[in-house]
Amino acid sequence: MLSPLTKSRLRKFRSIKRAWWSFWILTIAFVFSLFSEQLVNDHPLLLRYGGHWYFPTLRFYPANAFGGRYKTEADYLAIRGDPAFNAHGGWMLLPPIPHSPLHSYLDLAGAPPHPPSWQHWLGTDSSARDVLARLIYGFRICMTFALSLAAISAVLGIIIGGMQGYFGGRFDLTIQRLIEIWSALPFLYVVILLGSIYGQNFTILLTVMALFEWIALSYYMRGEFYKLREQPYVLAARGLGAGHLRILFKQMLPNAMTPVITLLPFSIVGGISSLTALDFLGFGLQPPTPSWGELMQQGLQNLQAPWIATSSVGALFLTLLLASFVGEGVRDAFDPKFRLRLQ
Amino acid sequence: MNPPLLDVRDLSISFETEEGRLDAVIGSSFKLDPGKTLAIVGESGSGKSVTALALTRLLPEPPARFVSGEILWKGADVLKMTPRQLRKIRGGEIAYIFQEPSTSLNPVHTIRSQIAEAIRLHRPEVSDIDAEVVKWLDAVGIVNPAQRMRDYPHQLSGGMQQRAMIAMALSCQPDLLVADEPTTALDVTIQAQILDQLRELRERLGMAVILITHNFAIIRGLCDQVAVMFRGRIVEFGSSEEVLSRPQHPYTRALIDCIPKLGAGHKRLHTIDYAAIERAL
Repeated sequence: MLSPLTKSRLRKFRSIKRAWWSFWILTIAFVFSLFSEQLVNDHPLLLRYGGHWYFPTLRFYPANAFGGRYKTEADYLAIRGDPAFNAHGGWMLLPPIPHSPLHSYLDLAGAPPHPPSWQHWLGTDSSARDVLARLIYGFRICMTFALSLAAISAVLGIIIGGMQGYFGGRFDLTIQRLIEIWSALPFLYVVILLGSIYGQNFTILLTVMALFEWIALSYYMRGEFYKLREQPYVLAARGLGAGHLRILFKQMLPNAMTPVITLLPFSIVGGISSLTALDFLGFGLQPPTPSWGELMQQGLQNLQAPWIATSSVGALFLTLLLASFVGEGVRDAFDPKFRLRLQ
Repeated sequence: MNPPLLDVRDLSISFETEEGRLDAVIGSSFKLDPGKTLAIVGESGSGKSVTALALTRLLPEPPARFVSGEILWKGADVLKMTPRQLRKIRGGEIAYIFQEPSTSLNPVHTIRSQIAEAIRLHRPEVSDIDAEVVKWLDAVGIVNPAQRMRDYPHQLSGGMQQRAMIAMALSCQPDLLVADEPTTALDVTIQAQILDQLRELRERLGMAVILITHNFAIIRGLCDQVAVMFRGRIVEFGSSEEVLSRPQHPYTRALIDCIPKLGAGHKRLHTIDYAAIERAL
């Protein structure tokens, strides 16, 4: 159930066309990217061989299922042109973008990176991998990373900042000093250090970045809860015998959501840029993971192949722009001063 | 004879502030029997609200500090209770109504969900919570309660909000209702309605009431006993008849003189002359 205030905020957000459209473009793009395996893949969507149907994007089939010799994964590119495959009534339906982000097209004419062609719309990178496929898979990784980062740091920031503001006093002072010490740690060194010990993977990066990201939100939540705990309804709830947890999360948190929601889109923007920057510097995800930062790094190394740099920078620019538009719209929709002016 | 419901003995509360110690309540004692009504009268800062909040230890500690005394609720000292015991008493046995109904209700929850939460906290045996909410909203005189309970606080008028607060306090069936200036924020006609409602509910439910006010005018006919607080001390305590007809303390007399009287022929409303009170003490 939505409160009238939330409804009016949603209406306001919808009326900001730029933000509304950006929100939908990003959402649809992200939802589509979740099905990348079916949309962008060199495995066929559907395959018919020897009177049976196969779904290679969903399941693993060994090469010997299609007349090959080994039990390793079937090489569908090789199978496609194989006369033996056609002789068995073989037929396959390829995804709209029939390239895997990890496959190197070494048999193309010339040396990689190959310029854009009908086959590879955005060309290939220095390892002859399809740039478009890598961009799309990279988008999914970026968005997943940024969304998880925003969610984890929001939860941490709310809990820690909220408790600081609610309990106040010595508890608040102690945590605040610990936060100051913690935030004085150089983030990049921690990433490099932990990356070199535990390996550079998605979970480690996410954990390390979340451990630093929540601090900004906790400041806002602390202030918000300091303000809210003086509200008479908090006293009234205590007077009714409500415990700390109930007051914190049921009575106060819904009244303190504005900074969380207004900061969320910008925190997503921050997450995307941070991951891309780390990848660009080589401290991010391990190659050959498709990543925008790594692609930009390649673009810098291969300035003679401008399609790499332009497409990766363009994709990043567009995503950040759309996310910023959403953030701007959310901020305007939640701006209490706007409502006050109307009243 | 049964022990009193509430027995406050020699209670002293002080606040540690940066400017030093501030004694808010000094050596206060009073008793309240089940089903009786006590008025605590005094001006702003006289310690009456602090006394009321202290009954279930709602004061933030620190800065508040209990210097001496005991608060015996049904014979047990509130000051020695564990947080769990206190939470059981708050709302379940002693419920509060506060001055400002518009801010005492949480703006993001409906009336229904706020009253339902109180019921769930203290009366787990109630199965049909909605029916119970409707019953109490009806009892405090809210018209069309089944529909009204889906409203958010800002959709109700001030008087209705205060009625909803009273319904929330009563829904836990407390033995004592502490009403901290329940009508100060309301306009005069609504004040009378709310006070009538309180009087009627008190008689029907047989609960004790502590009414905190700075207005002597509303006490007559509603309260059995009166405690007058002045600068942290209870300066006069007695039956309301006695206090109103034969006030002993100069401050009580000054307060009673402040009540505007019909046809009394005053040119101006009386104010309290503190110098005169101090001379008289």
